[in-house]
Amino acid sequence: MTKATQTVHEPLLRIAKRDGIPFGKKVLVRAVAILLALVVDALFIFFVTGLNPLAVYGVMYQGTFATPVRISWALRDLATLLCVGIALAPAFKMRFWNIGGEGQVLIGGLATALTMVYLGSSLPAPLLFVAMFVASAAAGALWGFIPAWFKSRWNTNETLFTLMMNYVATSIVACMTNIMRGQASSLGTLNKATKAGWFPVLFGQRYTINIIVVLVLTFAMYAYLKYSKHGYEIAVVGESENTARYAGINVRRVMIRTMIISGAICGLCGFLIVAGKDQTISTTSAGGRGFTAIIVAWLAKFNTFYMALISFLLVFLERGASEIASAYSLNEYAADIITGVILFFILGSEFFINYRVVLRGETHKEGK
Amino acid sequence: MSSLIAWILRAIPFGTIIMYGAMGEIVTEKSGNLNLGVPGIMYLGGFAGFASAYYYENLTANPNPVLSVVIALLCALIASTLGGLIYAFLTITLRANQNVTGLALTTFGMGVANFFGVFILNGSSYSAAPLANKAFAAKIPVLSGLGTVGQVVFSYGFLVYAAIVLAIVLFWFLSRTRMGLNLRAVGENPATADAAGINVTRYKYVATLCGAAISGVGGLYYVLDYNQGIWATTEQIEALGWLAVALVIFTTWKPLNAIWGAYLFGMLYWLYQFLPSLMGISVPSYATDLIQMVPYVVTILVLIVVSLRRKKENQPPASLGIAYFREER
Amino acid sequence: MAQTQYAIRLEHVTKTFGGVAANQDISMQIRRGEILSLLGENGSGKTTLMNMIAGIYYPDEGQIYVNDQLADIRSPRDALALGIGMIHQHFKLVDVFTAVENIALGLPKGERFDLRRVRDKARAICEKYQFALDLDQKVYEMSVSQKQTLEIVKVLFRGADILILDEPTAVLTPQETERLFEVMRNMRADGKAVIIITHKLHEVLEISDRVAILRRGCYVGDVLTADATEASLTEMMVGKKVELDIERPEPKDPVRRLAIQNLTVYNAEGIKVLDDVSFDAYGGEILGIAGISGNGQKELLEAIAGLQHAAPGSDVKFFPPEREHQPMELLGKTPRAITEAGVHLSFVPEDRLGMGLVGSMGMTDNMMLKSYDAGHSPLVDRKAPQELAKEIKEELGVVTPDLNTPVSRLSGGNVQKVLVGRELAASPIVLMTAYAVRGLDINTSYTIYRLLNEQKKKGVAVLFVGEDLDVLLQLCDRILVLCGGRVNGILDGRTATKEEVGLRMTNLVKEDAEQ
Repeated sequence: MTKATQTVHEPLLRIAKRDGIPFGKKVLVRAVAILLALVVDALFIFFVTGLNPLAVYGVMYQGTFATPVRISWALRDLATLLCVGIALAPAFKMRFWNIGGEGQVLIGGLATALTMVYLGSSLPAPLLFVAMFVASAAAGALWGFIPAWFKSRWNTNETLFTLMMNYVATSIVACMTNIMRGQASSLGTLNKATKAGWFPVLFGQRYTINIIVVLVLTFAMYAYLKYSKHGYEIAVVGESENTARYAGINVRRVMIRTMIISGAICGLCGFLIVAGKDQTISTTSAGGRGFTAIIVAWLAKFNTFYMALISFLLVFLERGASEIASAYSLNEYAADIITGVILFFILGSEFFINYRVVLRGETHKEGK
Repeated sequence: MSSLIAWILRAIPFGTIIMYGAMGEIVTEKSGNLNLGVPGIMYLGGFAGFASAYYYENLTANPNPVLSVVIALLCALIASTLGGLIYAFLTITLRANQNVTGLALTTFGMGVANFFGVFILNGSSYSAAPLANKAFAAKIPVLSGLGTVGQVVFSYGFLVYAAIVLAIVLFWFLSRTRMGLNLRAVGENPATADAAGINVTRYKYVATLCGAAISGVGGLYYVLDYNQGIWATTEQIEALGWLAVALVIFTTWKPLNAIWGAYLFGMLYWLYQFLPSLMGISVPSYATDLIQMVPYVVTILVLIVVSLRRKKENQPPASLGIAYFREER
Repeated sequence: MAQTQYAIRLEHVTKTFGGVAANQDISMQIRRGEILSLLGENGSGKTTLMNMIAGIYYPDEGQIYVNDQLADIRSPRDALALGIGMIHQHFKLVDVFTAVENIALGLPKGERFDLRRVRDKARAICEKYQFALDLDQKVYEMSVSQKQTLEIVKVLFRGADILILDEPTAVLTPQETERLFEVMRNMRADGKAVIIITHKLHEVLEISDRVAILRRGCYVGDVLTADATEASLTEMMVGKKVELDIERPEPKDPVRRLAIQNLTVYNAEGIKVLDDVSFDAYGGEILGIAGISGNGQKELLEAIAGLQHAAPGSDVKFFPPEREHQPMELLGKTPRAITEAGVHLSFVPEDRLGMGLVGSMGMTDNMMLKSYDAGHSPLVDRKAPQELAKEIKEELGVVTPDLNTPVSRLSGGNVQKVLVGRELAASPIVLMTAYAVRGLDINTSYTIYRLLNEQKKKGVAVLFVGEDLDVLLQLCDRILVLCGGRVNGILDGRTATKEEVGLRMTNLVKEDAEQ
């Protein structure tokens, strides 16, 4: 009998795990995914509106790049989203599913707003900013600490816990804004007359400080995760709690500490939103960024520079979509659809990075 | 007394919305898939159901109420199943991360419903499908007129009773049937199920799609019954979707608990409006904002208690959130 | 040649994982009414080969014939339909299900689903083979041997007439093993084909009719058990006659380093896993710890290392060099506190990638797992670990493309070299190893023995938890036998016999030992 080189009834497609893939190919897979997503989105735009997709993408491009002001708006939005992403990165690297970014941002923003309103007239500006900073970080840290403490003690499911904490925060914000607004129909701009607690205008914009702070955070978090002892501990705990204990790492302490940091940065983001961007607080101040940032952090594999890229892509889409909305009298929810499609494609493309599909009859040449 | 009745009359329809959402998610999670796209799916179901009923009413000369119910249900089921299909394909076939995919689906579903909703609204602040609403909200004749009991028990649309029946059917399915047993095994330990000859992929797909379909009915019920057939402020669907996810935890993954759990959540949710008058006190409006957190706080407490007691039967399916790859080494 | 007697015939089967051939061009046959031992060292590809028959893996090349029909086994379901049932080493049971529910899993459609009928049929099987099994017990409440029994009942229930058992005796006591063998003989008498995967030679000789041998993924050949001896099988298994004698220098001035008194440990479920354990360990000797796996070995080492909570009344004292009169209490200290107190305690745990190393990190980052916290800088210093990684790579011959390649991508032997290398580099005073040579090839195993002996000569107190009695008897100075979490005698490694140790590993001898 001659040696058979092929099986007869092999399934048409099989899936095999990859052992790593060159960097260039990784980039290529993702680029193709985004391209395909844009094609699908173009088809969607065309069939729904009958508009020329290329023209629509042109308008979208305008949404971010038409004027310097628009660029600065995009940078502002990028900074806000990226800030939450940076906050979530250490938690996710520790395999702690912090779905509660939304609530942590809100509660931080609320703490900022309360400080502005109640201490705004009594504290000198520098001290007021310090107080706002401390209050927001502390509030966010508390929101991160609570689920972490229960997880570390009784292994309480953190995904669901942090999710619920979002709504607790929303209720508290609703309650406090209700008190602050008194008889008025809405809260409106805080400290409108005194501008106490507003960031000063830098290079023509109040949110320039937001951008600078987030830029610093991007580098700082990158270094923290990669070069610090804390970052090393986070990586070990995320890989295996058994290994961490073996290495003498106090898992509970690392978990709680990391979630305090994660929550505090989220709270800080609330501070930036209130002091540098909105000058007010409402239940929608976080605007779903706590959830979007999860996707940002995950897709970037916790590398803050990749996170900046992905945040930029999402902000670009969002601004572009609102530009289409006004140009073609559509509505800005188109952004959610376009974003959703792109996310689906990027998420799906990970498969081709981690696995490979073996066609019938194909043997493992690259393995031998 | 009358405010207690009013409270119940509000709580049960409210509970029904999240009961559908939660039952769908229970089915999905029993297969080991944690689908955080429930809000998005409820959006899809609610929107498709409303849009189809709306167009049917406005484009047909003599619309038939029964037919409008059938059309709305069918469209809602199809739309939410398609939403589930996106999630299923990405997480089961392509093994994408479940949490992230679910959140993306929520964004997507919200976008689709609101974007296309604008075409229906067409510039107005709300549009309605009164015929479908009447059909969906029709009380049980005769029985609903039987005094207080009739009012409290029999004065809801048929989907309220369908939800209870569905919960019982799901209980029976999960605990008494071959497929139910197999499904639970897939969620607990897919490798074992696979070795036993169960087609893990198929079970995960079917459970996720069926779960999405059931969740979608919650959105449909919200728009065409609870919200009086009006497509207007729809932000609440997202909050309801997350509440449904919370309810799943509260039930400890048991469909029968979803019945009373959902109504309890309804009571808790409307606590702020009815409790003060029931106790004859007046509560400032800011306090009512605070009371709204009660269902979530209760869920957190349940979560903590379950983790404290560590009873094996009350834990989430063991492989929840983990993709299955047979040749994993 | 009468081919009809073959239950399974493999033709040129090859399976590759990530460029490494786990099975290379294997052709073999299995007959009905025989018990075939599939023999090979750990990592020789036995399980992979059987997994292809059971539908877990799909072969890259080659064909499988079942009952002389070309078979396409794409899933366990296909395998079961062909009458092939496999009992995996890691049980495939759903913990929160009862025995009956587990048996009912995946039953083919057609018949009406009725758990009572399943229970009746399962009970009949239990009676036929005399299994003691509570069919309504939840799996998480079962002992290991009960779980295994359930697995066998499950496969028989599905009407399997080709049974594959993957190292079924690894977790069993000799009595349980004997019972299992009886069951296997009954199955053979029933005309079933039975394959047992094992690397224990005496079991091969006792139970099987024929032995097929794999070596490094290749098929070496088969022999009738009647014609085989332990020596001939070993030769086929390892390729060349193995020099079994391991160096064992005489301990030089042993000094007491550890005194363990009344050590009792409860596991997370509240079950007593270590029961009143007392012994001393001396510098300059290797203390072997024998026992059937799961009898407290893991907990013993982890309790000493500060990874397990001990019950009140337990005591572990460490006697520092030069200050032997000032013993130090180790219990109640975290691993970090133990290190900071100057106790050089090295520990090679059983779960290499799940405890001893971080799989996703490279060699360099793994080197600093225990030392990253040294110094006051908030940043980690990667220079020294990198030097150490280079050194270990060269000295122990670790095969890795790069010092930053995730260690989970290295082969089992290289992973162990990285781990042992790091632990030895910490210049230990006490060195504990759990199953240090499990899954390693002969050469690597001997490297490990040599390293342990070097430590012993340096005056290190070595605790060696092992499973291979031959190794324990040839390497260790004293052998402590654990049984049911209790110390069941401490024997002299130079005079003890295999039978003696083996006997003490079972419950039966415990009574004698205590008298």
